[in-house]
Amino acid sequence: MNFVSLYRKLDSSNSTLDKIEALREHFLNADVEETALAMRLILGQLPPKKAKSAELKALALDQARIPEWLFAEAYSSTGDLAETMALINAVPDAPPFTGSVPEWIKTHLRGADEALSGLREAFSKWDSFSVMVLIKLLTGSLRVGVSRGILIKALAKAYEIPEANIAHVLMGNLKIDASFIGRLKMKDWADPLDFSSPYPFALASPIDGEIEDLGPITDWAIEWKWDGIRGQWIYRNEKVSLWSRGEELISDRFPEFATRSLKFESLVLDGEILAWKPGAKEPSAFALLQTRIARKKVTEADLKKAPARFIAYDCVEKDGVDLRELPFSERRKILEELMPELTASIPAFGISEIQNEESWTSAKASRAGSREKRVEGFILKRKSSPYFHGRKKGDWWKWKIDTMSLDAVMVYAQSGHGKRSNLFTDYTFALRGADDELVPVAKAYSGLDQKEIMELDRWIRAHTKERFGPVRSVEPIQVFELGFEGIADSPRHKSGIALRFPRILRWRRDKPVSEIDRLDAIRELYLKPDIEPVSREELPLFKSANLDV
Amino acid sequence: MPEEAKPNQSELVVLAKDGLYCEAGGFYIDPWGSVETGIITHGHGDHAHIGSQHYYASRSSLGILKTRMGEETPITTLAYGKVIRLGETEVSLHPAGHILGSAQVRIAHAGQVWVVSGDYKRDPDPTCAPFEVVECDTFVTEATFASPVYHWPPIENVVREIHDWWMQNRARGQNSILCAYSLGKVQRVLAELMRFTNEPVHLHGSATRLVQVYRDEGVSMAPTIPVSELDKKEKLKGALIIAPPSASGSTWTRRFEPYEVGFASGWMQIRGNRRRKAYDRGFIVSDHADWPSLLRTIEETKAKRIIATHGSSDILARYVREEMGKEGITFETQFGEEDE
Repeated sequence: MNFVSLYRKLDSSNSTLDKIEALREHFLNADVEETALAMRLILGQLPPKKAKSAELKALALDQARIPEWLFAEAYSSTGDLAETMALINAVPDAPPFTGSVPEWIKTHLRGADEALSGLREAFSKWDSFSVMVLIKLLTGSLRVGVSRGILIKALAKAYEIPEANIAHVLMGNLKIDASFIGRLKMKDWADPLDFSSPYPFALASPIDGEIEDLGPITDWAIEWKWDGIRGQWIYRNEKVSLWSRGEELISDRFPEFATRSLKFESLVLDGEILAWKPGAKEPSAFALLQTRIARKKVTEADLKKAPARFIAYDCVEKDGVDLRELPFSERRKILEELMPELTASIPAFGISEIQNEESWTSAKASRAGSREKRVEGFILKRKSSPYFHGRKKGDWWKWKIDTMSLDAVMVYAQSGHGKRSNLFTDYTFALRGADDELVPVAKAYSGLDQKEIMELDRWIRAHTKERFGPVRSVEPIQVFELGFEGIADSPRHKSGIALRFPRILRWRRDKPVSEIDRLDAIRELYLKPDIEPVSREELPLFKSANLDV
Repeated sequence: MPEEAKPNQSELVVLAKDGLYCEAGGFYIDPWGSVETGIITHGHGDHAHIGSQHYYASRSSLGILKTRMGEETPITTLAYGKVIRLGETEVSLHPAGHILGSAQVRIAHAGQVWVVSGDYKRDPDPTCAPFEVVECDTFVTEATFASPVYHWPPIENVVREIHDWWMQNRARGQNSILCAYSLGKVQRVLAELMRFTNEPVHLHGSATRLVQVYRDEGVSMAPTIPVSELDKKEKLKGALIIAPPSASGSTWTRRFEPYEVGFASGWMQIRGNRRRKAYDRGFIVSDHADWPSLLRTIEETKAKRIIATHGSSDILARYVREEMGKEGITFETQFGEEDE
C-alpha cells in the first residue's frame, strides 16, 4: 500500500465517500512514511523539484519515438504534461509501482541525473498511471484532489480523534513526518501546537434568500465587508505571528503590526489587513495591498508607499484562554475593551466598527454606498454565534453589493487543464478601444454550466480563425457579461487596466458585438483615482510603526 | 481543410455531397443523403441513414438495421467474403470487429483495390467476428482515437473493475448505473460480464430490443431484466443497471437512489474526462481502434495510400505522411463519435 495506489483510488472516483474511505484505509494500513507523505502531498507540501520539465519531456519523446508535433497534439487532448508523457510510453500489461514512494523520492529527487534515470526505469517497468504519478513528483506538479475538509474527516475516522482537534492541529507551520504521524496514532495531545499556530478561520457564507428572512435586525451585528486580506494576528510568548487566511505566515511582510510589550499573556485577533494611507477616510484599492503581499522583504519605501492597517473583527484567545465558544457579543465586548491598549502599542491597529442600523430597509440604503467606501458590502454576524470552524451556514453571512460588470466579446479560447482538458474553457475577452479596435481586457474560466461549455466548445471549433499553439483566435461574435471585484490601472496590460476576479456572469446571446462596452467608458465608470495621502503630521493615530522587529 | 478530395475519374471512391461515392460501382458507402444504392458498414446512426432506395449490408447486421431503420427498409444482405458485381466493380464485405455485423467494404476495379473500413477495432470482442486484414492499395480508415495517448487496457481487466465496482456499491447498499452506448457497448459488456457472474443485469429501455437482436444472432450474454418490466414500486438494491449516457442525471435514475454512476467509453482513458463530475467512475471500453491498432492495421493492409475519415483524421494523415512514408489525406465525412 503506497502513495501510488492511494492516488489511483482517489483519482478513480468522484464520490466523497469513496475518497474518505480510501484515505482512512491508507492512514490505518500504510507505513508511517507513506502516511506522512500522503498528508504532505494533500496539503500541498511538495518536495522541491530537481529536474526540468523540458529534460523529462525530451526523454519521454525519445523513448516513445514520436515527433514533437504529435506530442503537442497529444498534450492538447489530455491537458496534462505528466499524463501525456506517461500515456505515450505505456507498456501493455505493465504492473503498477508497488515499492516505497518516499524511498523513490529520496533516490530520484536528489538531482537531475537521478530524476532522468528514475524516469527511464519507470517507463520500462510500470503502468502508465504509476509513471504519471512519479513524473508529477519529479516536476512538482502533483495535486491531490482532496480538500482539507475531506482530509480532516478521514484522519478523524482513522485515528478516532474529533474533527475539530484535527483541524486545529493542521493549522500553521506543521512538520508532517513519521514522528508526527506516530503522535497522531498515539493520540498524543500533550503539546500538539507550536505557539504560533492560528485557529481555523470562521467563514461567512453568501446570503442566499431575502435579507428579511434573517429575522429581527437586533439579533445581528453588522460590519463592513472590507476588501483586503483576512488574517489572524497572534501574540504569544511576547512574539507576534500573522497568518493569512491561506495559512501563510506573513508576519515579516507587515512589520507595522509587530510588538513585544503587551501586558497580555496571549492574544489572538481575527481581522482584515488593508492598505490604508494615513489620514484617509477609507482604505486604498486592493491593488496597492498586493504590492505588499508580493514582497517577501519590505523596505521603508514599501511601507511609505503602501502603509497597512489591521482592522480587528474578533478576539478568539486572550490570556491563554480559548474564547471561541463565547457568543459573538461577549467576544466583541472583550475586543473593544482591549483596543485602547493595543492601539497605544500598535498605531496601525483599528477595530471594524459595528454599523447601527434600525431596520433592514435602512441597512439596504447604507449598503448601497459600499463602493464609495471601498468595501464590498456588509458582513452579518449573529450576536449569539460562537467562533465556529470552516464555513458553517446560518451564523455569519456575506451580504455583498452587486459586482461590477461589463459586456465584452470573446476573442481567444484555450483548452482547460485537468478536469477541463480537451474542452475550450479558458476564454479571453475584449472591449472596444479608442480607435474601435478590440482590446483584450480579461481572461475568465468559470461561470458557464456544462451544457453551455460544450456548446461554446463546438462553436469555437467551428469558428477558429488562427491557431497559436494551444490558443485559438475566434471570430468576435459571442458577447458575455463579465463580473469582477475590482479594477486597477495596470501598465503591464495593453488595455491599461487589470480586473480582479473576472468571471462570466451570463452568455449574452441577445447582444451583437456592436453593443459591447468601450474601454474608456468602463474606466470612467469604475476606476476611481486613489486617495491622495495626507502628511504624517496631520495624523495623530498613525505616528510611527514599530519597525525594529 | 487540407488536401480536399474532389470527384475525379481516377479515384475509385470520392467524397461527394451525399457521402463516400464509388462512381465505377454506382453506389455510396454509408450515405448521409438520399441516393439510389448504399452499402452500410454497420448499424450506428451516423453510418446507417434512412432515405436511400436500396441498401447492401452484412448478413449479421440485418437484425440491427431492421430495428434501427425500420422493417420495410430494402436491404440485400451479403455473407462476409462473398463477392458481388456492382457496376464495373467487384465488391465484398469483411468483418471489422466493431459491433455485430460491422463490415469493411472491399472494392476492386481496373486492377485497383480500395478498402473502406467503416469503424473497427482489433481488440477481442465475443459479440462479433474479429477484424480481418484485407490487403489493398488505398485504405480508408476511421481515426476516432488517433492520438498516441490512446491504448486500451485488456477488456477483461476493465470488466473486472466494473464487476468490483458493482459489488462494492452493493456492499454499501447502493445501486450501480453504468452508462454505455446502447448498440455494441452494452452487449459487449454483458458478454464479458459472464466471466465473473451469472447474475441478471437491469436494462434501460433503449437497449432491450438490441440486446434481443444479439441473442437472436446467438451471442451469449449475462441475463438481463428490462427495467420497464419491474413493478413500479419495486425497489432495486445492489443492482447493476445499464443505461444510455443520456440517462445520467435525468429523472429516470431517481428510482434507483442511492446509486453511483459509471461511464464506459474510450474517452475515459483521459484523466480529465474521468474526473468531470457527471459520473463517479470511468471505465475504458471502446469499440474503436486505439493508436497502436490504427498504425498496425495501416501497415498490415500494405496500402500505399491512407485516407482518414472521422475523428482526429488530420493527425493520422500527417503521421502517415511524415512517419510512415505513405500518402495520407483526409475526407471530411459526416461520421461522428456518437457510439462512444
